[in-house]
Amino acid sequence: MSEGPLTTETLQREHPPQASVPERRRRLPPLRRALRILLLPAGAIFLALLVGAAIMIASSPLVRGSVNPMLPLTAYGALVAGSVGSFNAIVSTLVQATPLVLAGLAVGVGFKAGLFNIGAQGQFLMGGLAAAAMGIATAGLPPIAAIPISVAAGMVAGMAYGFVPGFLKAYTGAHEVVTTIMLNYVAIQVVAYVASGPLRGETATFARTETITTATLPVIAGREGHIGILFAAIAVPVIAWLLFRSTLGFEIRTVGANPDAARYAGMRPRVLIMLTMSVAGLLAGLAGATEILGQVGHMPAAYATAVGFDAIAVALLGRAHPVGILFAGLLFGAMRAGAGLMQIQAGIPVQMVNVLQAVILFFLAAELIVRYVFRVRGAGVEVAEMQTITRSYGEQAAK
Amino acid sequence: MTADGRNPAAVLEMRGITKRYPGVVANDDIDLTVRSGEIHALLGENGAGKSTLMNILYGLAAPDAGEILLDGTPVDIDGPNDAIRRGISMVHQHFMLVPSLSVAENILLGDEPMANLVLLDRRAAARRIRELGASFGWEVNPDSAVGSLSVGWQQRIEILKALYRKARVLVLDEPTASLTPQETREIFDVLRRLRSEGYAIIFISHKLYEVLEVADRITVIRRGRVVGSRRPSETDEDDLAELMVGREVQLTVDRGESHPGEPMLTVTGLHVQDDRGRGVVHDVSLEVRVGEIFGIAGVAGNGQDELVEALLGLRSVSSGKVNLGGRAVTGASPRRLHQLGVGFVPADRHRYGIVLSFPLTDNLCLNDYYHAPFARGMVRDDDAIRSYADTLITQYDVRTHSSAAFAGTLSGGNQQKVVVAREFDGELRLLVLDQPTRGLDVGSIEFIHRQVIAKRDSGVAILLVSAELDEVLELSDRIGVMFRGRIVQVLDARKTNREEVGLLMATGGRATEAAS
Repeated sequence: MSEGPLTTETLQREHPPQASVPERRRRLPPLRRALRILLLPAGAIFLALLVGAAIMIASSPLVRGSVNPMLPLTAYGALVAGSVGSFNAIVSTLVQATPLVLAGLAVGVGFKAGLFNIGAQGQFLMGGLAAAAMGIATAGLPPIAAIPISVAAGMVAGMAYGFVPGFLKAYTGAHEVVTTIMLNYVAIQVVAYVASGPLRGETATFARTETITTATLPVIAGREGHIGILFAAIAVPVIAWLLFRSTLGFEIRTVGANPDAARYAGMRPRVLIMLTMSVAGLLAGLAGATEILGQVGHMPAAYATAVGFDAIAVALLGRAHPVGILFAGLLFGAMRAGAGLMQIQAGIPVQMVNVLQAVILFFLAAELIVRYVFRVRGAGVEVAEMQTITRSYGEQAAK
Repeated sequence: MTADGRNPAAVLEMRGITKRYPGVVANDDIDLTVRSGEIHALLGENGAGKSTLMNILYGLAAPDAGEILLDGTPVDIDGPNDAIRRGISMVHQHFMLVPSLSVAENILLGDEPMANLVLLDRRAAARRIRELGASFGWEVNPDSAVGSLSVGWQQRIEILKALYRKARVLVLDEPTASLTPQETREIFDVLRRLRSEGYAIIFISHKLYEVLEVADRITVIRRGRVVGSRRPSETDEDDLAELMVGREVQLTVDRGESHPGEPMLTVTGLHVQDDRGRGVVHDVSLEVRVGEIFGIAGVAGNGQDELVEALLGLRSVSSGKVNLGGRAVTGASPRRLHQLGVGFVPADRHRYGIVLSFPLTDNLCLNDYYHAPFARGMVRDDDAIRSYADTLITQYDVRTHSSAAFAGTLSGGNQQKVVVAREFDGELRLLVLDQPTRGLDVGSIEFIHRQVIAKRDSGVAILLVSAELDEVLELSDRIGVMFRGRIVQVLDARKTNREEVGLLMATGGRATEAAS
């Protein structure tokens, strides 16, 4: 061994790097990597379509009186035609996808921080309610003022509604799954009270607010393509940038992946938990505002929507990645957009779409089945992605 | 040295076992023969292929080539249950016990004796466990909760579990990793006894002196190949280490002269509580000087973890003072301490040290991600992060195919090198090392020890906590023995020995009697 002072350099001379062990393993080229990541969700979707087809065939005697093995083809054909078959169909897909993508991001951001945000539904409702309230209050203002105010109100309301479970988790250790579920019920009741009480529209035939006028989102494409589509289109890259390019996103991901290491690295898990839940709430609130201002036009007291829950499916199918969530949202949006035509042409009720969505989720959860059917081996990337997601189920509050 | 297949006493034979993973040959034509009444040591660095070989034996992985023979008959082992049924049992390094269940329940788990269709036959089980324990002279209480037992006892329970399932081939994966010298001696007695009763034992370790002491035959694996097989009488530590690493290795680091200067870390009257609010560090005062290694020896669970966490701002201090280079840092945040030049190698690298699901790039700048050159404002600079990571990876000889590899895909030794690289780099004043070489192979240990000495010589104050007595003795200048949350004595490392420190670790010496 060498004489003289020991330094990193002398050590390095004595311990030459042995690059041959393990044999150099190249990172997979991007395309192969993408395919690998896509295999599992694609497999789940394919299997779900098969299950859907089986259900259609099996139920056809009940509806039509005879077994019709071609029914699934007709149905899926109509589903495709209704979602991407024309310009208006595509616009309709985008409109349907918009709240799903935004709320999906709300769930996905939570996953990255190791939080399971089941409260997107409540945040969505509160965002929608606030947007409706501001939309009505600003009826005297021109759209250029009314729209930003109403949209911002929805975002702030959602953010505040997301902050609450974040705060509870950070300072009392209350699990966000429990608190967000409870807050969903609170949101439903608040909407019911406000829209049938203080803000009830005078002219409406059923319990709802006044119709939103100047704050209505302008249509920029086709019959119903409102400007909210752009919100989702902007939110995806913004959230992707936040998560993967900014120091804040790095902190969020570190807290999600290893809260202890995050603490040692000088990050503040409590602050980050509250912040992440607020960002999530903001996104879900924006989804609600977009939907109310762009699609519904008022806030019903009994608002029948499941966007906030479907968002969980979207986030899971998209593997909590913003781009994945975009595609998952588009897929679910397309199914919703095409469901009407499917019902007309094949006589399959629109609810079939919910069945498909549920089966996709089932196969994602039971991914072993998909792996077995398609002989997919577990890839490191997926494992890493899913670790963060599954942590949220059992992990106790960060210190 | 391929074993004769017709040897009647060979209980287990593995022939020509080959296992390839993408880009790596984990096992390359490995032969291993274990006879009845033999302790066969399997020696190798981390990542050499020991675990792969044992996973194949245990049915957790299928070999690409080769065959396994039990009593001379080729068998196809289909999963751990099948392995257990065939009499192969494994005692893992991290015990596979359920802390909240009783001893009996843990032993029965997976093979419950049924009184009838619905109910367990607890009484029969308890009786068998007592008898089994008694045959080793152990008084086993089948009803005590495993979580309340010491590590040494938990290990005995693991062994009983294997015997209860009528194992004939017993694989022990680094059984001494977390034991005190006394407990290690006891476990060796158990192994010798099992040998005399005709069990075939595979003993995995990288502690050379242990292997030499207890094994009948030693098979050394390097990079997936068997590179030698020895009897203890034909070999010594240097020979084994060279076989393992493939080059000459300095087993004991030459710590050389140290030239301690001014005090860097001064701790006075420190009290710390654990998560449940019980005081676990009592009135600890110590001083680590510049250019000095202060070792803390103690059996795990005597307050060392909490002391270290308190010093690093990860746990709040109940009372007392901490000074760093004349600056009061009691209760300072981890980030503040890092900025002041405190580095930390944690005992459990998966907890504080590394984010397994992150690439090496992110792990290597984990403390410094927020400032230049790694970030400008809020924007991370991937190029700067990558080139810094690449530099550290070369400098600290982290074996990986790319800085983009996920930390979780690296071997334990390489993960530790990642932590060491990050914490040793930059302007340092104090290094806190908590069991810095736990679970590492000789090559990595040598490397890290030499880095530690190099840091000492460059004027860093080093606080070394280790349950590994030899490590503390070899590296430290002074040793504080910690017992039940107190530093019971401070010894000059060059004037003490294993026995003295070991005794203090186990009993606390006179100092506790006087204090209590």
